[in-house]
Amino acid sequence: MAATFEQSLARLEEITAKLERGDAPLEESVKLYEEGSALAVECEKILADARQHVALLATNADGVVEETPFAVESQ
Amino acid sequence: MDALTVSQVNRLVKGLLEKDETLQSLLVRGEISNYKRYTSGHHYFTLKDADCSLRCVMFMNDAARLRFTPADGMTVLAAGHLSVYQRDGQYQLYCASLMQAGEGDLTAAFEALKAKLAEEGLFDRAHKKPLPRYPMRVALVTSPSGAVVMDMVRIFRKRWPLCKLIVAPCRVQGQEAPGEIVSCLRYVNNNALADVIIVGRGGGSAEDLWAFNDERVARAIFASRIPVVSAVGHEPDVTIADHVADLRASTPSHAAELVSPDKDELTMRVASLRERLLRAPFTERASQNVRRLTDRLLRAFERQTLSCAQALAVSAGRLRALDPLRVLSRGYAIVTDESGVAVKDAQSLKAGCRVTVRPERGAAVCVVESVN
Repeated sequence: MAATFEQSLARLEEITAKLERGDAPLEESVKLYEEGSALAVECEKILADARQHVALLATNADGVVEETPFAVESQ
Repeated sequence: MDALTVSQVNRLVKGLLEKDETLQSLLVRGEISNYKRYTSGHHYFTLKDADCSLRCVMFMNDAARLRFTPADGMTVLAAGHLSVYQRDGQYQLYCASLMQAGEGDLTAAFEALKAKLAEEGLFDRAHKKPLPRYPMRVALVTSPSGAVVMDMVRIFRKRWPLCKLIVAPCRVQGQEAPGEIVSCLRYVNNNALADVIIVGRGGGSAEDLWAFNDERVARAIFASRIPVVSAVGHEPDVTIADHVADLRASTPSHAAELVSPDKDELTMRVASLRERLLRAPFTERASQNVRRLTDRLLRAFERQTLSCAQALAVSAGRLRALDPLRVLSRGYAIVTDESGVAVKDAQSLKAGCRVTVRPERGAAVCVVESVN
């Protein structure tokens, strides 16, 4: 599975802090900057594209608990 | 067999009593006699029924929480644990709380259970689990019908649509409610369905909320490996479940807000991180470099363009200059007057003046005989 939002955000914060300290060698800084930019784009996309999934646990005819769609009234 | 000291015997008995789970979480009904407050702040008394008596002590901190003044002859419920006062070889009830038995059964039972669970440590800060900052799966243990669950879903939708919501349906009042709440809590735990659980219901009368004062529910919340947020009723109602939960919310909607990070805030945070990336010393330096290079490139380009334009102009001039010669090659000639100006009109000449005639090659100086 791809990195979670939490991991991506944490990494982005780490990279930003590191670049702000300005102590990484140039080549590494270039890489970090590229990674950070990509992470920012990724995080923005995750936040913008999120669609909530709502499930209702229900017991089926065989007595097995399964997830069923939960009808949410639209606003 | 070696003889034991008295201290050893008392220590043995104490150890034995403290190992017994029932004795460590007792609720005792009895009549107070011989109630004494010592200057140390501790209270000592005896509980009696028709046949027997039991020594009791209530330490200063617990006694400070008493909501009434105990007196001889009162019938009370005492919650606490049994142990031995080793110096006297005397077992006694270490009483954590006392309530008057006449207070009304629900209240008395509530206070008694609360005291018992508090004594056991179910409410201790040390057991409170932190909530995940960015939960990706949230279980809602509540009634699947009605406004409460919809309100929570709406709040999640607005604030934190990244997470999956799992509604674990149960009744939230009546005889069956505690068992169903417990089953849901266990099911979500056993199948690791969520990062955090909200358990609750909307407001109601004390009787409506009673499932959340049930000992089974309290123990199931305590046993949950997944952090539990309690959300029962409205602000003033504090249930046993609220005390055991890792976090207490005043209402289900409040619980949804406590659990969900705000998407808009996070979007702003990411934007500000992006901004900071751009302003970081490295980036600043790099972008200065880029600017410098761009400038040089532009200047070079301008020079290049300039010389091109000049070449073009020269070529064009040359072309223009070349053009008449092509005419001359076809047999025409240019006639210039004595000052070298091309003659366009014969009237500008007079008989006797000189003109120069230039065909494609060479030149001939001629004298004008007449002008027509």
